[in-house]
Parts: sequence; C-alpha cells; structure tokens
Amino acid sequence: MTDVTDTKQMAYIAAQAADARVNLEIETEGMTLNIGPQHPATHGTLRIVVKLDGEQVISAEPLMGYMHRGYEKLSEVRTYPQVTTLVNRIDWLGSFANEVPFILAAEQLMEVEAPPRAQWIRTALFEMSRIANVVLFLGDMGVQLGAVTPVFFAFRDREFILNQIEAVTGGRFHPNFDRIGGLRDDLPKGWIEETQGVLKRIRDFCDEIETLVVGNEIFQSRTRNIGVIPPDVGLSYGLSGANIRSSGVDWDIRRDGGVGLVHHELDWKVWTHPDGDSFARFWVRLQEVRESCTMIEQILDGIPAGPVMAKVPRIIKVPAGEAYVETENPLGVMGYYIVSKGDLTPFRVKIRSASFNNVSITPWLLKGVYVPDVISILASLYFILGDIDR
Amino acid sequence: MIQLSSPEDTQPEEEETEIPQSDEAREELVAEIEKELGNALIATEITPEVDVWARVTKEAWLDTARILLHRCNMKYFNFLSAIDWMPSPYGRDLDAQVDQPEPITPEEMSWGITGGETRFQMLARVHDPENHLGISIKADLEESDLSIESWSPIYPGADWHERETSEMFGIVFLNHPNPVNLYLPGDFEGYPLRKDFALLSRRIKPWPGIVDVEDMPGEESEDEEVEA
Amino acid sequence: MSVVLADLAYWQETTIRLVVGLLAVLLPAGTLVYLFLFKMMSFMQSRLGPMEAGPYGSLQLLAEVGKFLQKEDILPKAADRLVFKLAPFVVLISTFLLILVIPAGPDLWFIDVDTGIFLALAVSSISVIGILMAGWASSSKYSLLGALRATGQLIAYELPMVLAVVGVIIQAGTLNVQDIVLAQATGEIFGFGGIGNPFVITQFLGFLIFLIAVQAELTQPPFDMPVAESELVTGYLTEYSGLRFLMFFIGEFATAAIFSALAATLFLGGWYVPGLDVTDNLFNVIGPIILLGKTLLIAFFIFWFRFTYPRFREDQLQQLAWKVLIPLSLINIVITGVLKVVF
Repeated sequence: MTDVTDTKQMAYIAAQAADARVNLEIETEGMTLNIGPQHPATHGTLRIVVKLDGEQVISAEPLMGYMHRGYEKLSEVRTYPQVTTLVNRIDWLGSFANEVPFILAAEQLMEVEAPPRAQWIRTALFEMSRIANVVLFLGDMGVQLGAVTPVFFAFRDREFILNQIEAVTGGRFHPNFDRIGGLRDDLPKGWIEETQGVLKRIRDFCDEIETLVVGNEIFQSRTRNIGVIPPDVGLSYGLSGANIRSSGVDWDIRRDGGVGLVHHELDWKVWTHPDGDSFARFWVRLQEVRESCTMIEQILDGIPAGPVMAKVPRIIKVPAGEAYVETENPLGVMGYYIVSKGDLTPFRVKIRSASFNNVSITPWLLKGVYVPDVISILASLYFILGDIDR
Repeated sequence: MIQLSSPEDTQPEEEETEIPQSDEAREELVAEIEKELGNALIATEITPEVDVWARVTKEAWLDTARILLHRCNMKYFNFLSAIDWMPSPYGRDLDAQVDQPEPITPEEMSWGITGGETRFQMLARVHDPENHLGISIKADLEESDLSIESWSPIYPGADWHERETSEMFGIVFLNHPNPVNLYLPGDFEGYPLRKDFALLSRRIKPWPGIVDVEDMPGEESEDEEVEA
Repeated sequence: MSVVLADLAYWQETTIRLVVGLLAVLLPAGTLVYLFLFKMMSFMQSRLGPMEAGPYGSLQLLAEVGKFLQKEDILPKAADRLVFKLAPFVVLISTFLLILVIPAGPDLWFIDVDTGIFLALAVSSISVIGILMAGWASSSKYSLLGALRATGQLIAYELPMVLAVVGVIIQAGTLNVQDIVLAQATGEIFGFGGIGNPFVITQFLGFLIFLIAVQAELTQPPFDMPVAESELVTGYLTEYSGLRFLMFFIGEFATAAIFSALAATLFLGGWYVPGLDVTDNLFNVIGPIILLGKTLLIAFFIFWFRFTYPRFREDQLQQLAWKVLIPLSLINIVITGVLKVVF
C-alpha cells in the first residue's frame, strides 16, 4: 500500500464533505433523479436514486433486484455439473471464468485434481474470457464519456477472442466447458496458431485504445482525481480486482493464492496504480489485458501433452464438507462457498461475486460529485448486472 | 508433472497429505483470536495450506470483527451470509419427476466444519491482503431470537451483505444503518433461502432429474461406472 | 437571385424564394447526414454503415424520414401541450433565418442587408429558446437538466463566437456578408494579392475560436452535454418522437451545415475561388457548388471531432469558454485593431 497520495485523497474527501454541508445550509429544494432501471448508462437494470442539488449529488442509493435470479437457491436443487450452466450467467461477458472457482471448489471437496493439460487449457480459457470481458470495458468507458468510436473497435476485436473460445467450447458466451476433474474436450486442430494471431490483434487494439482514449486530454480531465478510493476504504468495502489494485493494493489471487490454475508457472506482472481514481482503474485494466496476452502466449507455447480429464465417477457425488475457493475473475474476486452433505446436489452455495462488493461502495463514493461523474465513476468501477443480482 | 489422478493414483497421494502439515501463519492467527476472545471462541479448524474456520458465540460476533480488523490485519471484507442447516423438508430425490408434494419430516440436522448447535448459522469471511490469509467465521443463532449485531460499523462493506442475508434468511441485524430489503420487493413474504421455502418452479413443473450424464472424452459409453 | 427575380410578380418571387430556401437548408443537411453521419462515421468505426437502400445506402436518408413519419406521435401526459408542440418549430425557424444572409454568388442571395452578420448571430440564439421550451414542456427531469445545460452552454459560447467574428469585421470593415466575401476576394496579404485574402490566414486564431464555438453551439461532442446519451438519455429530446423528433434532427444538421457555410463565408472566402475575376458572371453558376465544397470541408472537421472526442463536464466547458476562449478572442481583437491601424 502506498502513502503517496493519501493527503490528496483526504483533501478530496474533505472538499466533498464541505460541499455537501454548504448545500444543506442553503436549503434549496433538491431534485430526486432516477438513473435507471432503463437508462443507457447502466449495464442492465441497475437503478440509482440520486438526490441532486443542481447537478451535484447529495446522496446516491443504488437499488437492484430487477434481475435477481436466485442462483443460490436454484443451486440447491441441481447436480454439481448442472450448476455450471447456471453460474455461466453470472458475469455473462466472461462466462468461462465463472465456472472455474465452482469447479475448483468441488474438486477440492472431492480431492480430485485435473490433469496438467486440462489445467493449462483452463488457464488459457480463463484469461481469454478476461480479455473478452475487459476489452469491452475499454471501449465502453469511451461511450460513457461520450466518445462512441472506441466501443466499435472493442466489439470488432472481441469477436476474434469469442471465435477462439467458440472453437474450443462450442459456445461464444456460455461455454459450460469446465468439468469436475478436467475439461469437456481437447483443443481443436490448428487452434494454437490461430490464437497467436488473435493475440496480436488484441495487442494492437490495446495500442489503439492507448492513443485514442488514454492519451486524450478530455478523457484525462474527466477521469483524473474523479472517484478517488483510498486503499483502506476500498478494502473495507471488499473491492477487488482492478478496482483495488488501482488504489495501490498489490494483491492478485492469481499470484498470491491460486489453486488449480497455472498462473504461478508463467512469467507476468501484477499492475498497480497509486492514484485510485477513475483513470487509474482504466489504466490498470488496459495493462491487465496486455498481461493476459502475455500469459496466453506462454501457455500456448507450453501446454503439456496428456489427457484432459481425470478419472471421476460418471455420476458425481461430492463428499460431505465445506470449501471456499476464489479466483481472480475479470471483474474481481469471485468465490464459491460450497457446503456439501455428500449428496448429488450441493447443500448450500454462497456465491461471492465481485461486482456486488464493487458497487456497494457507490453510496460512499458518489457523494458530492456531479451528474456526469456519476456515470464515469460507475463505468470505471465496471460491473455487470448479472454479477450483482446473481 | 502431476500424476493423472485416477482413483488408483489418488490413494497414495491422500496418504501423503494425511501427514500433519504445519501451517504456522494460520495457527498464529487462531492463537491470536483465542487470546482476545477467550471462551467466546467455541471451535476452530485448520486445513493446512488451504483454509481456516472459527466458530464464535453470538455475543462475541461484533468483537470478533473488531479483533480481526485491528489485531489480525484482516482489512479485506470478503462476504457475509448465513447457512440454514435444516435438511429440506421437500426432499431432493433427483430421480423423482416432482418433489414430494407434502412436506416430509426433516431428518436430524447435521453440521459441517467446526460443528454447530442451531438451525441458523452466520457465515462471514475476511481476508488479509498482505499476508494472503483468509478466515471463515461462524456463529450460531437461536431460532427463537434471530438477531445479531451488525458488522457494518467495522466493515462498511457488510452493509449490503447484511441486507441480503436479512431478507433471505429473516435474520435481524442490530444497529444496521439502513435495514431495508436489497433485492426483494418490500412486501415480499417469506425468506427464500430458508430450506422450508418451497421453490415454486420445482413444485409446478415436472423435473427431468439427471439428464446430463455425458461420456468422458476418449471413452466409449459404458454403464459399469454408474453408481446411482 | 435579385437579378433573376426582378421581373416576376410578388407571389411568384415568394414561391421561388421559399422553394430555394427549403432546398438550401435541406440539401446540405442531407448531404452532411449521409456523407458524415452515415458513411464517414462508419468508416472511422470500421463498419460499413447503411448499404441496402440504394447504391451504397444513398437512399437511406429517405428511408429514415419515412420511418420517422410513420412513428407514433407521443405526447407526455404531464407535458405543456402547446409549448411542447411549438418548440421544434422555434428551433427550425432559427435555422431557416440563418440561411438568409449567406450569399452563394455575386448576385445570389436572399436578402442583402448591411448588418447581415449581426443578423445571423442574433437569430442563431433563437434556437436556445426552442430548446428551453422543449426541456420545460416535456415535464421530464432529464429534459429539464438537458435544457438548462444547453442554455448555459449556448450563452457561454455565443460570446467567443461573436468576438471571433469581430476580428473579421474589423479587417473587412463591413457588417455586410457579401462585402466580407468581396473583401476577401480582392484583398491582399502584406502586398501579395495572388489568392486574395481569405481571412483564415490572417485571422487564424479567430477561425479556431469560431470553430470551437460552433461545435459548442451545435451541441456536438465534445460539447454535447445537453443531449449526453449516457447521462441524460438524450436531454431535451428525451420525450420527443416521430415527426417532432425529426424536426429537431433536421434542425441540428441543417444548423451544422449553415454554420459551416457561415464559417466558409467568413474565413475561407465564401463562393469565391482565386483565378477568376470577382465580377465574372460564372460565379452565379459555380458559386453555390464552391460554397458547398468549402462547407463540406468545414463540416468534415466538425464531424471528425464529433466522432473522436469524449465530452467535457459542464463546469469544464464553462471554464474553457470564460477562461480561455473569451480572453483569447479579446486579444485577437486587440491585435487585429492595432494591425488595422498600423497598416
């Protein structure tokens, strides 16, 4: 953790608090604005009730549940392999990454380990779903700030990644490919060479975004020093992923925890940024896409030969026990707390999704900012509604 | 390279792991909590190099959070929820086309790691982002008094988790800053994640049971491994 | 036009003026929408744009108009009905009045007034009233916020725009738009008269300020806060649909075309190209085409910025206007005045 910008952040918070006080003293009649549930800027059906004084936010309260699907309850009446189909739909932009922690938790309970080849392919697909997810963020951030062009580049180049995922799994968005003990199938022929070409395109896309968005003065003036999250506050709200790394917390489960995936065998770097503002969150994510490309390139060079499936029973009964496994998903830390009683179905599944915690900071964060900043801060926190509403 | 873990191969591996491994960091953590909480710490369990659990009394719930944050450097709030340990009265026989139409008598309750005494159990998890340690905390809740101190003064992130737990299990959080429903409409009746809350779609629609048994890659379809 | 119409009856003259006026507003607007909004934007965003209606989608515009005409005309329940219906017309009136003063050839103009540029800048502000009416009458919070933003923004950018034009007026020594074109055609830069004196060279700072101010007046990105889709849905347009929305839409792009034409007239020499004599009657034929070409050039820049930049925040926009553009344009006026006296 860094102390470099602590004073700056405290000054910012003090200024926000002072602003809010002044507004209360003048006692102008405020306006309540419902941003959402149908609004172009909310990815899905998040509704934020903001109380405004002019264009300044006095208080903001997110309301959700418009898309709550009750996966925790549904998981209790489904067999373990059926649950992966459900959890695919939590973060629908990086679906494969949702399956991984659940499968790893079940494997931990069953004391099964996937064969090395399966682990390597799993890691490759895990990182590819990260690219598919975050690339869209990099484009979407522009749209939220009013620049329409980057998002088209994002959709264009994400398609290549989705094609590669589809070539392996058969599904563009919902692969449902991970199995307890390994993977559904092996890689198709020629996939490795094709993927190397695709990674080059993604790197080009990152360079393009760097010049088109990051280097833009208006983008910088709209994001620098906006929505500053001090590291301690971020941690106590349970922020994770790029949101907490951009506050200077050097913590990445891929490096620091990580069971069942092979990140520790690869050569890569965890990016952090000391500022903790919207710009830092964008920048860290941009670097993470590049880092993911590096990882996948190494994986493609080093996939060991062998089977992709361990010997597991045809009908899976997971021994009684409890396990919590979390992974560093595109949106942040995602974990499953599975309670098993030795049945065909889990007894209780607690889904700890990243966006839920990431968005829970918004009432604190949005106090005193202007309406345009509400949008840019929400965009930079980057949530998927399915990941909040589960 | 890691061995292909077939049932034959996993046997010796398991024996290796049964040799008690030391996990100093987690043992120190447990010792610290024990020192601060004393008798309020009911049970702990450590799976070496994997995880650690602790069960505390309901009264010490808030103190536990304070100790974890200030003494144990558990700055990171992970999640907070609850577990309903009562077996589902509706049965869960997957070969049946529908669930039991009438509630069946619940079997005896059984608890998981660190045990338990009551139907409802709090479950929370915090993390130390510098030393990369996580701990799951549990606390029993008497069914006659489903209320517990809120963690949100200590971990602000617990706010929403407690609202969710409150509406899903009917647990009341004392001193919660904003105790309203998070997901469910305000006039919703019942507590969905309790085991005696019927999943309506299972009651009105025939259930296909297990239909997704698939062949292993590179194997012919064979039925000998099926163990129903 | 004055020459052509000299011998016609009043009603004939009026009809011809009306038709030509409509064409002069709608044709450049349509060209802009097709060329820039449909095609250039698509190529910049690596897609094709409309391809089905007509060759390369050239009839897409007609299809769009047809679509808007078919749409249900929705009036919000709580809306102020009269004001709500009136607002699009007020915006369009400002657009049609603007075209009056722009000459397209030595004898081609609608009205020839001595205070032409003054009139143009004055009527361009009428659209603000229309926007404010639309925002208020919609009885929607997004519309109201958008309209208030628009008002603040248009007032702030009216000033640098006027001040940027003042430099041109000082140099030309006249408020008459036709005379400004002639001054550029016959002028010379420090004794060199080969290409006349298009004011973009001597008034480059003024030209830049004028372009930025035009961008803001048109509420195009990076100054599109009044309609910011990601924040205010579409600001004052939120509640409009069908024909009324189409009128706002036409107003937006027609105004873009006319402001581009105004910029071309004030800074690029209008209908004049070097090489021909100013009094050459040929200009009455090719003048409109030359003006359209120059208009498209200016519009290209306007739309280029539109597709590339994210938008400012409201306070940043005001800071840019009051702290940067207005002081700069004042300095520009001082320098122009001093040089005018010296030479």
